[in-house]
Amino acid sequence: MDSALRRPGTARKRRALTAAQVRVLRIAGWVLLAVLAVLPLLWVLFFAPTTGRGATTFGSAVHDPGDFLITALNGITAAGLYFVVASGFTLIFGLMRVVNMAHGAFFLLGGYIALKLQRAFVGQDSAFGLLSSQVRLWQWVVPTLIAAACIGIAGLAVQQALLRWNQGQDLRQALITIAVSIILADQMIAHFGAFTQDIAWPLVLDKRVDLHVAGVQYTLTRLFILAVAVVIGLGLWLWLHKTRTGMVIRAGVDDRQMVSALGINIQVVFAVAFIVGSALAGFGGAIGGSYASLGPGLDGNWLLYSLVVVIIGGMGSLAGAVVGSLLLGIVSTFAAVYLPSNDTFYSIIFTFVLLAVVLAFRPLGLFGRPA
Amino acid sequence: MQQSLERAIGLLALILAAIGPAIFSTYWISFILTQVFFLGIVAASLIFLSARGGMVSLAQVSVYGIAGFVLGNVVTQGNSKGLNLGWNPWIGLVLGIAIATAIGFIFGALASRSTGIYFLMITLTYAVIANLFFGQVATFSGFGGISGITAPGLIGNVNDHPNRLYYAALACAVLVYASIKYIVRTPFGLTLQGVRDDPVRMSSLGYNVPLHRMIAFGFGGFLASLAGVLFVWWNGHIDPASIDIGSTLDVLVICVIGGLYRLEGAWLGALAFVLIQNYVRTDNLPLIGGTFHTIVGAIFLIIVLISPGGLMGIWDSIVPRGLGPFARPSATAAGSVDSAHAPVEEANR
Repeated sequence: MDSALRRPGTARKRRALTAAQVRVLRIAGWVLLAVLAVLPLLWVLFFAPTTGRGATTFGSAVHDPGDFLITALNGITAAGLYFVVASGFTLIFGLMRVVNMAHGAFFLLGGYIALKLQRAFVGQDSAFGLLSSQVRLWQWVVPTLIAAACIGIAGLAVQQALLRWNQGQDLRQALITIAVSIILADQMIAHFGAFTQDIAWPLVLDKRVDLHVAGVQYTLTRLFILAVAVVIGLGLWLWLHKTRTGMVIRAGVDDRQMVSALGINIQVVFAVAFIVGSALAGFGGAIGGSYASLGPGLDGNWLLYSLVVVIIGGMGSLAGAVVGSLLLGIVSTFAAVYLPSNDTFYSIIFTFVLLAVVLAFRPLGLFGRPA
Repeated sequence: MQQSLERAIGLLALILAAIGPAIFSTYWISFILTQVFFLGIVAASLIFLSARGGMVSLAQVSVYGIAGFVLGNVVTQGNSKGLNLGWNPWIGLVLGIAIATAIGFIFGALASRSTGIYFLMITLTYAVIANLFFGQVATFSGFGGISGITAPGLIGNVNDHPNRLYYAALACAVLVYASIKYIVRTPFGLTLQGVRDDPVRMSSLGYNVPLHRMIAFGFGGFLASLAGVLFVWWNGHIDPASIDIGSTLDVLVICVIGGLYRLEGAWLGALAFVLIQNYVRTDNLPLIGGTFHTIVGAIFLIIVLISPGGLMGIWDSIVPRGLGPFARPSATAAGSVDSAHAPVEEANR
């Protein structure tokens, strides 16, 4: 068994590759990637039929540009929400090497806090939820911000009480956050119920706007989510690249010891990063609870989205989170719409294929660097 | 001294298990102990990967579920969902194990260039994707899952002959234990240990590091698929909830309670977990609310914080030890295993 697995034989063969052969192999790899990317694109743009065995819901983009545009916007706006949640995850990881497995539970808890606050503000708590005509703008905005703040504090508590004295033991910290997520998931079922609920959008946002392209009417709330994501992305970028705190954080990502040797209290920086990262999860939970719904098990789904985004994009990279969430949002949305109608439930496979392709070519993710 | 004491205890446990049906009630045999054996097998596959390969895998439950779903699709007939092939249960057994092991190899190949927390994250995405896949794809399962899965005639109806499945599970557990103990002594097992401790050095010595990880992962998948087969025979039914994130974490909890560094911890942890699950039957804990999951989560948290070696770690600290093949100083807490070196090393290209 041993001798078969040893490398020398294969290593010698590898060294024998000439530069030209390496180039050919590299080109072949790129061609394969291009085919993987181009074939689905051609299918969506030109070949998806509306009749016959492989009939899709809308047909190709040429056939039905309006629904193609809507699907594309759906993908991009979903990506916006993925980015809001995953950017918190990647911020915490990038600085502290902590994989916060409770990120999905924080998301759900933030959503529930916003839900309860909104119902308290409106003064009505029925099992059927609220109508958007009952909700004013501040009755959505204030609960969302309070939820984000609460989750930021919860994250800080977990970091100070449980993670701080285990610094450097990344696997142990991951196990600790898993334990937190188990307890939180069970407690949320006990206190918020086992059925799905959603947060109501305010009336000002809950309408359709005419895009004046191919006669498409699009929901304003999704555009609002996209705008929020862009603002958060820009804000994070400015914070990390144009302020002193951000500079310290980026320095901390590169060399923690050196930063603290320069007299900066790295523990404060860690705490700030954990507050912001967790608050983004809670903020995303409030938006996600309005955009989709809140219920048991969704913490796992949102943890999955965050993990996939950062594995694709590269851990700890803000640009990676942007690209990863766009890829995930677009691939999963298009797969669900442009697969033949009888087979749309296979769309989950495309998430896996996306992950597999990226891991096969770049084990550290598209923007990842070795630790 | 510890080794001989442990051998004596192990032998005693084995004898007790062998004459189990004469001592324990039917409920214990058919419900608690059978479940302990197969959950212990899944946990053992995780402990093997974690202790020997430095790969804490959360995909073990999904591989076990894949074996169960394949078996269910192949042997049943007349379900509203699934393939309803209605073939011989033995064919189902072989296909279930073969397909699950193959998928284990694929999973392993994709994750083989990562270790530590990266591995944990990648395998967690496998687990969630497998769960969503079987939940959505009505061709193979759908939300309600597959019912009426029968064991082959040799095992018979589980309700009529609980002892047969009990002994089958016991035999599997013993075989799995023995095979892991054997594998870790082979050159492959020793190389894997080298890969765990210093992948860079191993690869510069000429070993193919990703290939070793992939083979170990495939072997772990094979062990998990055995447990999956036992599970569907025992349960007669499998649905996506059997492999959801909660079940995935349950197996991790079992390993941590038992001890992530000692193989024996798998079955010890499974026993502790199943007992808590059975005898703490509350839907509403006093003061805080919640079910037994809150208790299990709290136990898990306390163990990770205070005694990372789990129950076996406590045992090791009480009884003076020799150096067994799975022995690790209990001072090396979870986490410090991998953080000593770079978590991901680029494959040599």
